Amino acid sequence: MKFTLKIWRQKNAEDKGGMVTYQVDTVSPDSSFFEMLDQLNQQLISKGEDPVAFDHDCREGICGTCSLYINGRPHGPLKGATTCQLHMRAFRDGETIYVEPWRCGAFPVVKDLIVDRSALDKIIQAGGYISVNSGGVPDANTIPVPKPNADSAFDAAACIGCGACVAACPNASPMLFVGAKISHLALLPQGRIEAERRVRQMVAAMDSLGFGFCSNTYACEAECPKEIKIANITRLNREFLAAKLAAEKEQTGGFAI
Amino acid sequence: MALAGVFLLVFLAVHLGINLLLLADDGGKAFSAAAGFMGTHPVIRIFELALFGGFALHIAFGVIVSIRNRKSRPIRYQHRSLSETSPFSKYMMHTGMIVLLFLVLHFIDFYFIKIGVVSPPPGIGRHDFYSRAVALFSDPAYSAIYLFSFLVLGFHLNHALQAAAQTLGLNHPRFTPLIKAASALYAMIIAGGFMAIPLRFTLFN
Amino acid sequence: MINLNAKTPGVPLPEQWDAYKAGCKLVSPNNKRKLDIIVVGTGLAGASAAATLGQLGYNVKSFCYQDSPRRAHSIAAQGGINAAKNYQNDGDNVFRLFYDTIKGGDYRSRESNVYRLASISPEIIDLCVAQGVPFAREYGGLLANRSFGGAQVSRTFYARGQTGQQLLIGAYSAMSREIAAGTVKLYNRRDVLDIVLVDGKARGIIARNLVTGEVERHSAHAVVLATGGYGNVFYLSTNAMGSNVTPAWSAYKKGAAFANPCFTQIHPTCIPVHGEFQSKLTLMSESLRNDGRIWVPADKSDAELIRQKKLRPEQIHESKRDYYLERRYPAFGNLVPRDVASRAAKERCDAGFGVDSHGRAVYLDFSDAIERLGRAEISARYGNLFEMYERIVDDNPYRTPMMIYPAVHYTMGGLWVDYELMTTVPGLYSIGECNFSDHGANRLGASALMQGLADGYFILPYTISGYLSHEINTPPIPTTLPEFHLAARDVTDRLARLKKSGGKESVDHLHRKLGKVMWEYCGMSRNEQGLTKALGEIAELKAEFASGVKIPGGLKEYNPELEKALRVEDFIELGSLMVRDALHRNESCGGHFREEYQTPDHEALRNDDEFTYVAAWEHQGDAAPEMHREELHFDTVKLTQRSYK
Repeated sequence: MKFTLKIWRQKNAEDKGGMVTYQVDTVSPDSSFFEMLDQLNQQLISKGEDPVAFDHDCREGICGTCSLYINGRPHGPLKGATTCQLHMRAFRDGETIYVEPWRCGAFPVVKDLIVDRSALDKIIQAGGYISVNSGGVPDANTIPVPKPNADSAFDAAACIGCGACVAACPNASPMLFVGAKISHLALLPQGRIEAERRVRQMVAAMDSLGFGFCSNTYACEAECPKEIKIANITRLNREFLAAKLAAEKEQTGGFAI
Repeated sequence: MALAGVFLLVFLAVHLGINLLLLADDGGKAFSAAAGFMGTHPVIRIFELALFGGFALHIAFGVIVSIRNRKSRPIRYQHRSLSETSPFSKYMMHTGMIVLLFLVLHFIDFYFIKIGVVSPPPGIGRHDFYSRAVALFSDPAYSAIYLFSFLVLGFHLNHALQAAAQTLGLNHPRFTPLIKAASALYAMIIAGGFMAIPLRFTLFN
Repeated sequence: MINLNAKTPGVPLPEQWDAYKAGCKLVSPNNKRKLDIIVVGTGLAGASAAATLGQLGYNVKSFCYQDSPRRAHSIAAQGGINAAKNYQNDGDNVFRLFYDTIKGGDYRSRESNVYRLASISPEIIDLCVAQGVPFAREYGGLLANRSFGGAQVSRTFYARGQTGQQLLIGAYSAMSREIAAGTVKLYNRRDVLDIVLVDGKARGIIARNLVTGEVERHSAHAVVLATGGYGNVFYLSTNAMGSNVTPAWSAYKKGAAFANPCFTQIHPTCIPVHGEFQSKLTLMSESLRNDGRIWVPADKSDAELIRQKKLRPEQIHESKRDYYLERRYPAFGNLVPRDVASRAAKERCDAGFGVDSHGRAVYLDFSDAIERLGRAEISARYGNLFEMYERIVDDNPYRTPMMIYPAVHYTMGGLWVDYELMTTVPGLYSIGECNFSDHGANRLGASALMQGLADGYFILPYTISGYLSHEINTPPIPTTLPEFHLAARDVTDRLARLKKSGGKESVDHLHRKLGKVMWEYCGMSRNEQGLTKALGEIAELKAEFASGVKIPGGLKEYNPELEKALRVEDFIELGSLMVRDALHRNESCGGHFREEYQTPDHEALRNDDEFTYVAAWEHQGDAAPEMHREELHFDTVKLTQRSYK
């Protein structure tokens, strides 16, 4: 197969950057999108040009490193798949393919198609955990968890933190990412203990990092490679409102008698 | 945003109820009575102030959020987005702006006359909304603008109710589809109801 | 001369860990604040260690090459994690898990470490549940288990097919909490290129900032390597693209012994290679072998027609199919251990019965199971795997048998460590897959996750305090010491040399070449002649790399080709050591199969009299490495020949 590629090239964070057109021929339809880019890079190296930099690691759809915006969609045209799980047979022979980095002010470009997503780590650091230390915890079967809750918690926890939700959102909002983490922990009895504090801190962190606000377009749900549901955003909103209403309690330590 | 929006949703329903009285074949008696009640009753006057506040908040929030949202993506994509979204949800600001423009027009035509800022056209009393409406709808251009505005409002509303439910944290596997259906139905009733009036006046007069 | 004293406590096996902990020196909280620890790697072992050390109050500096610690390759582990909880009341206990692990490892692991691992396993599950890991549950709300290869009990805890991901997110979250608290400082997008020794003790590292290209010095009172396995020496493997041996290899060059490098696990059920530009192999869970039947055509002519795409596998009559595992191993059939199943597939393909266009694949057929259980049941059990297969191969496994072939998956070998998980360099620790670990010559399914977390959460935090208790009077190590200067200069020189080499070949091209040599001669089965040949070819490749590699881009910028070059250069040297190790071990055990040492019916033949030891290799500069032995003593378990017939 043959393709015309229009790829965003940008030397570093300071560079202005722009689209550059490349041709690749003799691509196997069984190649993954990255193997096609590998092939392009081999061509560029043999010509002495700088290869295209892109983020990738596990190449089996689980690490969440890959982050290409392909033809107007994060992770390309395939539903429920990461870029590394996209194969060239999903494209027409001779097609022109636009490849861009995730676009969000909170995700500055590092080089070419690579962006810095540490803002997502910062949101987790603000409260995306259960505050227990290694050791001194109860036996695992001491607290039963209803299976439907455990299953829903897993569905939310399946998030790979790739940031496709941010890339897809017309407002560059990470609500699906945050909602998934809030839901995962709020659905488990272990996570309920500090649920109020968690949601307030994570939302505050999200708001401070330069992301946009959710306007319920649901583009995130349509593009999530792990098909995380927007019901998780609803739960986040619910938890947040409840936590805001209950905020007094924690600040004053309840009523003194 | 959502709370102010929900408040406006209630207002729209009341306004539609009164406007539909225009369709009653009584030469505007019922409509005028209702309009008169709305225009003079002290409780309604208080609600009117709240309503202005609701609009102001809704618009202000909308503008602030839109500006922040645009800033959150300083460099835009080269390829237009092909991501599936809830219908018209991407264009809430655009549809909102069109509705706002209509609102200005609407104020000039009715509200400003009522409060005496603008003098009514010759031959029509300051509180005679029925005659005013009949006169305006007799102009096909005005009717067209009116129809277009409410079509756009319909799109705005289609997303409104379900988005408000989402923002307020209401979700249930069984009820969420119902909320979405209700949202669409509400949008259709409001848009359709308001649009019925110029259609009736333009086509059957 | 290195000292291979395992420091096993001199009490009976079940009491060792308690005895160790009782006698272990501790560091008081006010002193912990003054001590720095570097942890390299943020997979299960590294993240759990960083989190726990941070909770204890040490100053932790955590390094990873990924953009986020959550992306380390532990995330890709599918099946589950073993623990001797006996929740199923099926007769499991610590001893049985210990015994299964020793036997599964073909009697080439250290009893004391394995026993400790088994005894800690229940605590891991408790902790993960408290962290919010959403393990599978029964309707009663309690935890579910499944069975896995090499065990007669159900002791595997799992979170669908994404257990590694969920456990890693648990460890990453715990670590994130410490980052917020300020006890852990994260250095992401860093390649660790050298270990710095001061007065013989590990005192720091030299790292390259992958974004700016800057060569950085970082110091600490102790250094922990949790850098995973080296399967990418084979070019194609199930490892992540960035998985590498470089930090472990620099430790080896600084005096840490490298143990059993030739012990590699080849997983039998991976999606076959499709072409020259393939970059990565994808694993299909071992659980598929519970219901799938493995076969190749019984006639070579049929195999040939299939390779030419003139015949479809569904068209081959039952009587013309060779279910070779069921034929050779009637007792275990398709459920023989990983090493046995892998070798059998290779044997059939070598003999000319392989399918797929290049003849390097066998069928995994579900038609019997679909007939027996119904399509719905098969879909419930394996639906996500079938989808993944179809996405990659573009073929529907409900209709056409899956094609599978073995692929490199895990490396049992690694840095030699004692009972305290310290390498032969004082103050340098190695945990998780990075050490030569507890798996002997073959690892059982669902044991890697257990080991990584045991090391990081529960073992290292104890053992390192014994070492650091002697360091409480050592002030922070200045990075201006001459040792840091020298190490940084060596790294800078190395970078400049690579950049200058000015050849024509891309790094990938040379890596692929190395992979072919390793796979051909040091892969699933090995022989003296092939290994000797491989030594020569790797030496040639090393020379070719030195003069012929081409690296575009600059040193002071984001340069993925440069990163790859550093990794591949180390892989070439490691490859040579692996071959040397495979050549010296004149026996077949676990993942190491020497064709000269097999039973008349082609099964692995161990030589317990001569090879019941760990081969720990010591770097000798340009001269050949020196092999040291740690004799293995089996006081509790009796050595027997594994048989699956």
